[in-house]
Amino acid sequence: MSGVDPGRRALLRHGALLVGFTMLPGLARAEFNAMGLPTVVDARLPGSLKTAPLLDAWIQVAPDGKVTVCSGKVELGTGVRTALIQVAVEQLELQPGAITFIGGDTARTPNEGYTAGSHTIADSGTALLNASAQVAALLRSGAAAQWQVDVGTVWLEAGRARGPGGRSMHYGLAVKGLDARGLHRAASVAAPLRAPGAYRVIGKPVARVDIPAKVTGGAAYVQDLRLPGMLHARVVRPPRIGARLLGVDTAAVRRLPGVRNVVHDGNYLAVLADDEWRAVTAMRALTLAARWEGGTPLPRPDQIHATLQALPAENIVILQRGTVGAARGPAVASRYTKQYVLHGSIGPSCSVAQLSGGVLTVWTHTQGVYPLRAALAELVGMPLDQVRCIHTEGSGCYGQNGADDVAADAAILACAMPGVPVRVQLMRDQENLWEPYAPAMFSTVRATLDGNGRIADWEYDVWSGSHNERPGNAGKLVPAWLRARPIAPSPSLPMPQPEGGGDRNALPLYDIPNARVVNHFLAVTPLRTSAMRSLGAHLNIMAIESTIDQLAVLAHADPVRFRLDHLRASPRAQAVITRAAAMFGWKAGAATLPLRGRGFGFAQYKNLMGFVAIAVEVLFDPDRNTVRILRVACAADCGQLVNPDGARNQLEGGIIQSASWTLQEQLQYGTAGIASTDWSTYPILRFSQVPDRIDVALIDQPGKPFLGVAEAAQGPMAAALTNALAQATGVRRRDLPLLAAR
Amino acid sequence: MTTRLNINGQQKTVAADAGTPLLYVLRNDLALNGAKFGCGLGQCGACTVIVDGAPVFSCVTPVGALAGRAVRTVESLGTAERPGRLQAAFIKHQAAQCGYCIAGMLMRAQALLERNPHPDEQEIRAYMEANLCRCGTHHRILAAIQEVARGGRQ
Repeated sequence: MSGVDPGRRALLRHGALLVGFTMLPGLARAEFNAMGLPTVVDARLPGSLKTAPLLDAWIQVAPDGKVTVCSGKVELGTGVRTALIQVAVEQLELQPGAITFIGGDTARTPNEGYTAGSHTIADSGTALLNASAQVAALLRSGAAAQWQVDVGTVWLEAGRARGPGGRSMHYGLAVKGLDARGLHRAASVAAPLRAPGAYRVIGKPVARVDIPAKVTGGAAYVQDLRLPGMLHARVVRPPRIGARLLGVDTAAVRRLPGVRNVVHDGNYLAVLADDEWRAVTAMRALTLAARWEGGTPLPRPDQIHATLQALPAENIVILQRGTVGAARGPAVASRYTKQYVLHGSIGPSCSVAQLSGGVLTVWTHTQGVYPLRAALAELVGMPLDQVRCIHTEGSGCYGQNGADDVAADAAILACAMPGVPVRVQLMRDQENLWEPYAPAMFSTVRATLDGNGRIADWEYDVWSGSHNERPGNAGKLVPAWLRARPIAPSPSLPMPQPEGGGDRNALPLYDIPNARVVNHFLAVTPLRTSAMRSLGAHLNIMAIESTIDQLAVLAHADPVRFRLDHLRASPRAQAVITRAAAMFGWKAGAATLPLRGRGFGFAQYKNLMGFVAIAVEVLFDPDRNTVRILRVACAADCGQLVNPDGARNQLEGGIIQSASWTLQEQLQYGTAGIASTDWSTYPILRFSQVPDRIDVALIDQPGKPFLGVAEAAQGPMAAALTNALAQATGVRRRDLPLLAAR
Repeated sequence: MTTRLNINGQQKTVAADAGTPLLYVLRNDLALNGAKFGCGLGQCGACTVIVDGAPVFSCVTPVGALAGRAVRTVESLGTAERPGRLQAAFIKHQAAQCGYCIAGMLMRAQALLERNPHPDEQEIRAYMEANLCRCGTHHRILAAIQEVARGGRQ
C-alpha cells in the first residue's frame, strides 16, 4: 500500500519533461501560487488543463479497457466525487459505477492545488469535461483506424467502440489504434463537446457514490484506516500558543501498558501505543507530567476590533471609481464586526502515515495533497518524490481545520518509528484550541443617495487578518513551531482580487457611479487564522446588504425593488432575486406581525461565481433572546448544473451553517487562552433551532460555465437574517453573532 | 483482562479493561466503523449506539457497565448492498454531506422509532437534539426519519 507506482511515476516524469507536469523535485512549493497551484502551461486550455494539459493525467485506459479518472480535487463531503464522475462519464459513454475514480494522490493525480473556494467543478469539472470529450474522440479514431472505416461511422456505447456491421471493441483495444503516444498527449484548446440538450448524466440527480458506505458503517474515512501493525498516537499540545515546556518526566509514561514510544522534541510531545485507548490514557498521563510556562497573551475579546484596528495594515485600494464624498443626499454610515469563528468539524482531525522502503506515505484529509506534500517534505527533510500524500476523507472541514497539522504529526511520528504505520487523531480540545480560526474582522461603510433615490456614492473599508495560512512552507504547520529546531511560517500575504481574502465580495455588484473600496490586510494578528467557507464574504455581504436595506428605506423603496433597480446590467442577478422573492411571496410594503421580520440577501459569490438570493422570515423572542427561522426561500444560479440534488444539499447546508455562525457563533477566549474547548463552550445550531422550512430553486444554465455552489449561500443567508432581525426587533444589529449578549 | 459483550446479537470477548469506553472497543477490537469519535464528552452524538433499546454515547460508556446488555451499532441495521429501512430512507433522501455524524444520527433515530413508530416532526426534532451535524444536513435527516415514521409514505 505504501509504494509509489514506478510506472506511473516514470510516465509523469516523462510528462514533466515535455510540458512541465508537476512531479519533479525541482518544481517545488515556491512555484505554487496561493491556491497551491503549479505554473500555467497553456493559458488557452479550459479549467485545470491549463496547469496539467496531458490527457492521460486525467483519463487512463488500461489494456483490458477499464477506465480510471483522476482529479486533483478531493471529496470534502460536498459530493464533488460524484459530480466529477458524472462529468467524466458523459461523453465516455460509461455508467458512473464503471470507472475507477481517484481524487488527490500525489503519485497518481494532477496537482490542482487546494480543493477550496467553490472551485472544484469549475476547475476540475471543466478539465474533465474537455479531456473526456477529447479522449472519446481519440477512442473512436483508434477503433476506426483499426477497422479502416470512416471515424464518423464509429460511436461509443457502454464501454465499447462500435462500428459498421456490428463490429465492436473495448476501449483498451481502441487505444491501440492511436500512434505511440496513446492518450499521453496534450489536450487541444477546442474539444468536441456534446450539446447540453443531449446530456444523459450531467444535470441529473445521480445518487452520491459515497453515501451507502457512510450510512452502513463501511470504511469511509481516514479514521477508519487500519493497517497491519498500526500504532495509535496522541499528541500533547502546549496549553497556550507560545508556552514553553519546562520539563516532563517521560519515564513513568513509557512504563504504561502498551506504550511503545514517547516523542519529546523541544515543545513537541507525543505518545505511541499499541492500542488507541491506551494511547489516550498515556496522553493524559503525559499531559499531567508536563510542566509549561509562559505563552503569548491574547487580547481582551471585547476589545478585539480596536486591537485589530491598531495593528499595522497593508492598505490596498481594490476599487476607485469616480469621486466619493461629493454627494449630499441622505446617507448611511455604519460599522460591522465579526468575532473569531471555529470550523467545528464534528470529527477531530486524523492522519495515518508510514515510512517504508524509503517513501513516507501520508493518508490525509487535507484540502491540498501537493502543497501539503511540499510542506511535509521540508518538515521531515526528505525529497519531494519520496513523500506521497493520499487524500482519504475525513469529517467535513469547511476550510483549513487541523487536517494539515495532524498530517505533520503523523509524518513526524512515522519517521520516529520507521516501518510502522502510525495513526494520530486529535482530541476535541486540541482541535478547538489549535485550529486556524475564521478571522475576527470589521468593516465600515458610508453610502449616499442622489436626488432620484439611487445610490450616488459608496465607501467601504474592511480590516481582517489572513484568510489563507495554508502550507505554504512547513512553518505553516503547528508541529513545526513546537520542535526544538522550529520552522517559522512563511510571511502571510493578502489574496488578490478578483477572488480576494478578507475583501472577498467587498466590491458591491450594484450599479454605483462613485465608489472606493479599501482592503486593510493585517499580516500579523493575535490568533492563528485561515480559510473558512466564503472567507471575508460572510461579513462583507452582510454589511453590503444591510446597507442596501437601509438605503432602500431612505429611498422609500421596497428593498427587493431597490436591488433590482441597481442590478440592471446583470440579468442573472435579477433572475435569482425575482425567483426568490416570488417563492417567498415577497410583497412590497407588506405589514408584519409584532416580533416577526422578513429579510432579503443577495450576492454573486466573488462577483464572478454562483448567484444566490435568499428571503427569510423570523420570529424573535425578546425574553429569551432567541430567533426562530420560520422559512427560507433560496434561488441559485450556479451555471450549468452537474448534480441538482448535490447543489441543493450544499445550499441547504450552507443556509443552516451560516445561520449558526450569524446568530450565535463566536470563539470564547480570555487573555489567558482559548476557552472554547468543547461543544458546551462553543454551541452550534441543534435540531430545535434549524429553520422550520427551506425551499431551494435552481436556475439551470445549460452549456454555460460551471460556477460552483458550496460557499455561495453563506453571505446571502447572513444578510437575510440580519435584515429580518432588524425588522423583527426594530433595531439593526451590526455585530456578529447577532444574538450575542450585549 | 477480558470483557464479554453482546454486540449486534453476537457474544464477543475482548481484551479490554472494564474502564475502556465502548467506542474504542467497537472501533478497534471489533473493527466496526459506524460509531465515530467526535468529542469524547457525550456532547455531539457521533458515537451513538443503542444499548437495550436506548441511545447511548459510546465514548463515555465503559464496557464494564455493559455485562448482560445488548449493544447495537449501525452495522446491525443493514449493509450497503442490503440497507435496512432507515438506512434506505437516508440514501433515498441523500441525507449526508460529509456523513461523519450520520451513523450516530441513524442509531438515535432508530431508538426513537422503536419506542414510538410514528413520531411527528416536533417529536423527532426534540429526540434528535442530542446529535450535532456541522454540514447542515438536518432537513434531509428529518425527511428520512419522517419517511419511516409515516410507514414509507411521503
